[in-house]
Amino acid sequence: MPTPAETEALLLSLRVAVWSVLGSLPPAVALAWLLARTRFPGHALLNGLLHLPLVVPPVVIGYLLLVFLGRRGPGGALLENVFGITLGFTWQGAAVASAIVAFPLMLRAIRQSIEAVDRRLEQAARTLGASSANAFCTVTLPLIAPGVVAGMVLSFARSLGEFGATITFVSSIPGETRTLPLALYAATQVPGGEPQATRLVVISVVLAMAALVGSEWLARRTRRYAGGGP
Amino acid sequence: MIDVAFAHRQGAFALDVRMRLPGRGVTGLFGASGAGKSTVANVIAGLIRPDDGRVAIGEAVLFDSARGVAVAPERRRIGYVFQEARLFPHMNVRTNLRFGARRRGGGGPGAFDQVVGLLGLGPLLDRRPRHLSGGEAQRVAIGRALLSDPELLIMDEPLASLDQQRRDDVLPHLERLAADTGVPMIYITHSIEETIRLADHLAVMANGAVIACGPIQDVMARPDVPALTDRRDAGTLLQTTVAGHYDEDHLSALRFSAHTLLVPRTERPAGSPLALRILARDVSLALEPPQRSSVMNVLPGRVQGIHPRGDGHVDVSVDAGQVIRARITRRSADDLSLRVGLHLYALVKSVAFAERDAFRRPGEGDP
Repeated sequence: MPTPAETEALLLSLRVAVWSVLGSLPPAVALAWLLARTRFPGHALLNGLLHLPLVVPPVVIGYLLLVFLGRRGPGGALLENVFGITLGFTWQGAAVASAIVAFPLMLRAIRQSIEAVDRRLEQAARTLGASSANAFCTVTLPLIAPGVVAGMVLSFARSLGEFGATITFVSSIPGETRTLPLALYAATQVPGGEPQATRLVVISVVLAMAALVGSEWLARRTRRYAGGGP
Repeated sequence: MIDVAFAHRQGAFALDVRMRLPGRGVTGLFGASGAGKSTVANVIAGLIRPDDGRVAIGEAVLFDSARGVAVAPERRRIGYVFQEARLFPHMNVRTNLRFGARRRGGGGPGAFDQVVGLLGLGPLLDRRPRHLSGGEAQRVAIGRALLSDPELLIMDEPLASLDQQRRDDVLPHLERLAADTGVPMIYITHSIEETIRLADHLAVMANGAVIACGPIQDVMARPDVPALTDRRDAGTLLQTTVAGHYDEDHLSALRFSAHTLLVPRTERPAGSPLALRILARDVSLALEPPQRSSVMNVLPGRVQGIHPRGDGHVDVSVDAGQVIRARITRRSADDLSLRVGLHLYALVKSVAFAERDAFRRPGEGDP
């Protein structure tokens, strides 16, 4: 059985990943729709900007977050003074780092599914009395559900594995920001830490398998719901 | 009245449409593929905003570029049946049917059951669209549009994507619909048979413009509408009344003006109206009534117009109370010395009416 410290790291990893996914979902859907369905000046620029975390080393993201959203950064000070939210060296900061690193994965999956939806179905909905917002919610959204789920799974997996941006932005504080990968790294840094590292590897692999199986089940269900599957 | 007048450019294709349609009955919007029919439908439904123009149904102005009016599609109350059914794949048939009704609150409590009955949708209600055949899906789409409580129903080639058997499955439903619901309908098609079976009024489109518009019989009688006359099956429409039946001969007598026509036995009872299509190539002309001939229908008339065609044929319009057209060779026309005003006889073989499509079945009283 996992030790209390391991359980702590496991639960922290899950908490960070869940919040990272849930937090990035609404902006991902909105931006995916914007990129898929509209053309405006700066479209390509926005698209490039949103995909940047995919190509920039996570350490760079973490460093930028530290500079802007850290306690002494302009954004960090604003958040702390106005909303009372502290991101630097907190698990919330870890969630933000994960969300940003994983964002392009979620965005791409949702955007592609929006592009695959037959716009003529939305037109049909309009002629049947649905406003464009209503048509999006009742026709488009259910039809892209499989893509949304795929995006959530990808970004959840990416969050679980997040290391570079997290350790740079919020450091590795046991019980606060030390997620599984960070705990594993810490174990490898102390003499005689191999047994501990092995246990963490096993936990990580089991968690990953469980996430895979769960996502497969979810994907099947949503495909069936969207009218595609058997 | 439905007023549609607009100009619109789509890439290299320019439309300039002007037509006025009656606010009841079925109007056929007929033309070759690419004539611009679907664009007209999309403009009326509000899915395309034209560059310029005005669209109004009765007093309700839906679009007016001069006054800056452009009513959103969801506020237009136009039921639109697309060429592909466009059913929502994540909803079953029942939910699809109720999609419009729920948003427009239309029809009243009995409407759902009535439409389900009219279109024979009862056994399909719990199915998902992917488990429907093409014909079933199209019937559901028609029901869905009807239940959105439309002031106008637009059908854009609803049978075009179906095979002949499915067409035969859906067409009778459309005929009943036209008669039973009282919702005015614009029926877009490139099939002359469907036009004749369903439409009372006809607008013909070619190259982005309406080239003829009026009661179907008048438009069919016009010699100058290439979309109608440049066809092997060009012909005119006669409005007749069933006078009686000769069961032993498998014939029925139809009356129009002062004339009687003998045609293959129709199921329609005596006294009921029947629109009959006569193809120009099935009509011969004679200066005197033939003696001892096999042709049973000899209709006296007067030459109303002579229209030479490019292919060595001549179309002759004969006024026999209603217009009948004969397509004959130029040599025959010369031999008969045809001229406008000449009295002659139009001969029509009864077996020429054997095709089922020659008969139009207006809804009332039809089984």
